Amino acid sequence: MLLDVRDLAVAYKDKEGREVRLIDGVTFQLRRGEALGLAGESGCGKTTTALSLLGLLPQNLYRAEGTIDINSTRGVMHVHRRTERGLRDMRWNTVSIVFQGAMNALDPVVRVSDQIAEAIELHDPGMTKADVKARIAELFGYVGINPNRAKQYPHEFSGGMRQRVMIALALACNPELIIGDEPTTALDVMMQAQILELLENLRRDFGLSMILITHDLSVLAETCDRVAIMYGGQIAESGPVEQLYAGPQHPYTQRLLGAFPTIGGPRELAPAIPGVPPDPADVPAGCRFWPRCHRAQDRCQVETVEERPLGEDRTVRCLFAPWPDTAEAP
Amino acid sequence: MAADPPVDTQVALPGTKGAFGRLWSGTARSLALLRTTRSGMAGLILLVFFVLVAIFAPWIALQDPSSATSFSRDVMAPPSLHPLHPLGTDETGRDIFSLLVYGTRISLTVGVAAALVSAVIGGFVGIIAGFSGGLLDNVLTAIDDWFLVIPFLPLAIVLVSLLEQRAADWPGGKLGIIIIVIGITGWAGTSRIIRSQVLSTKERTFVERSRALGAGTPWVLRKQILPNVLPLIFANTVLIIAISILSESTLSFLGLGDLSKPSWGTMLDTANESGAVAQGSWWYFVPPGLCICLLVMAFTMIGYAIEELINPRLRERR
Amino acid sequence: MRVVLSKVLFAIGTLLFVLVFNFFLFRIAGDPIKDLIRGNPRLSEAGRERLIKERGLREGYLTQFRIYVSQTLHGNLGVSFQTNQPVSTMIRKAMPNTLILVGTSTILAVIIGTWLGIYAAANRGSPGDTGVVQSSLFFYAMPDFWAGMLLIWFFAVLLGLFPTGQKSEPGADFSTLGYTWNVTQHAVLPILTLTIGIVGQWVVIMRSALSDTLREDFVTTSRAVGLPHHRVLQHATRNAILPVVALTAINLGFIVSGATVVETLFSWPGMGLLTYNAILNKDYPLLQGVFLVASAAVILANLAADLAYTYLDPRVRR
Repeated sequence: MLLDVRDLAVAYKDKEGREVRLIDGVTFQLRRGEALGLAGESGCGKTTTALSLLGLLPQNLYRAEGTIDINSTRGVMHVHRRTERGLRDMRWNTVSIVFQGAMNALDPVVRVSDQIAEAIELHDPGMTKADVKARIAELFGYVGINPNRAKQYPHEFSGGMRQRVMIALALACNPELIIGDEPTTALDVMMQAQILELLENLRRDFGLSMILITHDLSVLAETCDRVAIMYGGQIAESGPVEQLYAGPQHPYTQRLLGAFPTIGGPRELAPAIPGVPPDPADVPAGCRFWPRCHRAQDRCQVETVEERPLGEDRTVRCLFAPWPDTAEAP
Repeated sequence: MAADPPVDTQVALPGTKGAFGRLWSGTARSLALLRTTRSGMAGLILLVFFVLVAIFAPWIALQDPSSATSFSRDVMAPPSLHPLHPLGTDETGRDIFSLLVYGTRISLTVGVAAALVSAVIGGFVGIIAGFSGGLLDNVLTAIDDWFLVIPFLPLAIVLVSLLEQRAADWPGGKLGIIIIVIGITGWAGTSRIIRSQVLSTKERTFVERSRALGAGTPWVLRKQILPNVLPLIFANTVLIIAISILSESTLSFLGLGDLSKPSWGTMLDTANESGAVAQGSWWYFVPPGLCICLLVMAFTMIGYAIEELINPRLRERR
Repeated sequence: MRVVLSKVLFAIGTLLFVLVFNFFLFRIAGDPIKDLIRGNPRLSEAGRERLIKERGLREGYLTQFRIYVSQTLHGNLGVSFQTNQPVSTMIRKAMPNTLILVGTSTILAVIIGTWLGIYAAANRGSPGDTGVVQSSLFFYAMPDFWAGMLLIWFFAVLLGLFPTGQKSEPGADFSTLGYTWNVTQHAVLPILTLTIGIVGQWVVIMRSALSDTLREDFVTTSRAVGLPHHRVLQHATRNAILPVVALTAINLGFIVSGATVVETLFSWPGMGLLTYNAILNKDYPLLQGVFLVASAAVILANLAADLAYTYLDPRVRR
């Protein structure tokens, strides 16, 4: 077990000083070499969870509850207890992250090679200049870019290439876990396939563990071993990808999967899920999903719903799971 | 002032027709929301205070500085109770407190009028340039760039000095000249902001859609461009008022003001000339400068608050 | 390369425009013969005729313009009314003094302003940040000459620490070292005043630019990599500097107007004092000359800032 997250809650204090939780009771594990997909609508807390793993929360957010433990080759790390200094030691050489390839994920006024070199030299000050240069060339080789381009600036790379550069940067210090925060969302379908294939190959070649964050369920189906579906700051359902897709146990997942038409399936428009995700400051009582749930009953509006195991390696946060049939109600 | 990025404004309230109706409701809305900003509120209070002083000047002041009776032989006197001179007298024996009170009128009027001139010119140029595009846009932008690069004060000094000779024929006399000159030298920043706002509005889908449906230029201008641009002009003008007040005080300090209608800047000029600083007569030169400072701060705070309100991007920063 | 060339061409174009503007302004706004003669009692009849012929004041406009341009390009900016000296000589003598004042103040203001701006942005929302913002607003709203008056009053009159004006003790006999020390003493208050006038604007711009930059994705990347706080700030500041440099045009205007006013207040023998005396005595040739030189200086400074921006931002370079 490489990563063990238990009951993680992250919050901020609103103007009246009340605690508003962006994520609550998030629990999951990640085995070495495994790929976990973290899926959900915008604002459900996926990025907040990812940033917590690196201790990278913005100033006004804090960890309200929970633990994050990493069982790395360099020792056991209790991320939630680390000081800023300790976190900086651990960043990039244990866990690294690839952001959505927006224009400015890399410093626009610094050459790409200098930015990668900065990361390498930070965590391995003993390396000589020549070694660093060789390492950069090696990294570019892994991601399939001509090493001569290392001295160029970020804006001189196209979107897909820039993502490759970010991946090269993410690999620079030999991390054990790479987090991809919507790494392909800004790319077209062709590049998306290439990047996913690249990540898959790297994972295999280097034995990396990966957390892939996305709102695109088809991407998860292709690349991940296990999936956790998030809603309203909590994990609604999690489990091995084939099981989850074949038989989703949370009504939210059921509707989400229904929203993706299969090629050979019936030719009809999938119904959209009515309503909007809850505002963290104003969460509904009972189950967070009940206002939009097509299978909600009276109990759902009052009872707090815990995450329950459903057999081996499977959890779900619904009062009525397991469902006898996993299709949506008519 | 730093140039601001284009702005997304909200749709106008129902029941208010036309561009001016929207400006009015925009103002009302802004005033209401202004109260939620602490600094906007403070600025508003200060402004109201000065406006009231300006309006009720004849009742607040102890004498009328422009009347011959206010001159006396009691020159450069410190504050006293008998005769009542709360801030002493100036080098012509006039009561400084009264000068200060009447000066409110001048400083406010010149500042607002000059800013309006700037706003009208800048607004026109910006809208025409942004909307027409092509050669007209290039020419107007070049002129605008030129005005931006030329330093304000030398240009203003040259213009005022030259036009002074015609002061007798000019409406408003010397002050009128100053208003026009500050207005002419100050429009360039506004037009740039307005132009970029017009450009970005023009490209937005709802404008393209109406043109595809056959809407003519005047209609598009009136119903779609103007409502997006007027609030920005309004916010910008408030900040320009602050700058204009400072400009007027600078020009007056350099001796280009109208001595018969003293503004706070003129007071500082005469204070300096008559040696008030060397004599330590702080009651003469501290109050006028303080008033300028407070009035400029008031307009600046209000201007920033309005900007923050109409630009949702700025708002999220707080 | 093409970018650089176009900017240089634009600067030259603006300079030419100023030249033309200068020429027409004085011809149109006033009567050149009358202006030449006005207030210059030292001109004899013969001398007046000579000047008129020299400038071709009785010829057509085109001839006058030709003469004007060739004279200007040769450094002949006319003869001052007040002193009968060539304007170019007067300017040449005054320029170094202005440069000392402006140069030192600008450097100080930039250093202090950048430091405060970074501090405020990095600690946004803290009491320190609020303090910085409010005091910057106050200093910005303060007329610079008023600040100078307060400083003179406090430090020179009350405390007697510094002289009240001028560059050095008139009539005293100094060794070089003694002279330098004396000048320095006289320079402290003017430099301090001008710095106060400039710094407010700079802090606000720097803080705003850095605040915006700190929200960019690459800042999160730098933190994720594990860089210590000061290195992250370095990355951010390197980027934030860009819009600040781009806005230098507005700053330069402030500096010029500030210098004029400060020199007037302190009788510091620079170009600003020349301007003031020219206004007082309606010395149009001198006014024209100073306007030309000041505009040229600002245009060149703008060009320098523009080129610096091109060098600093690799996205523009290619």
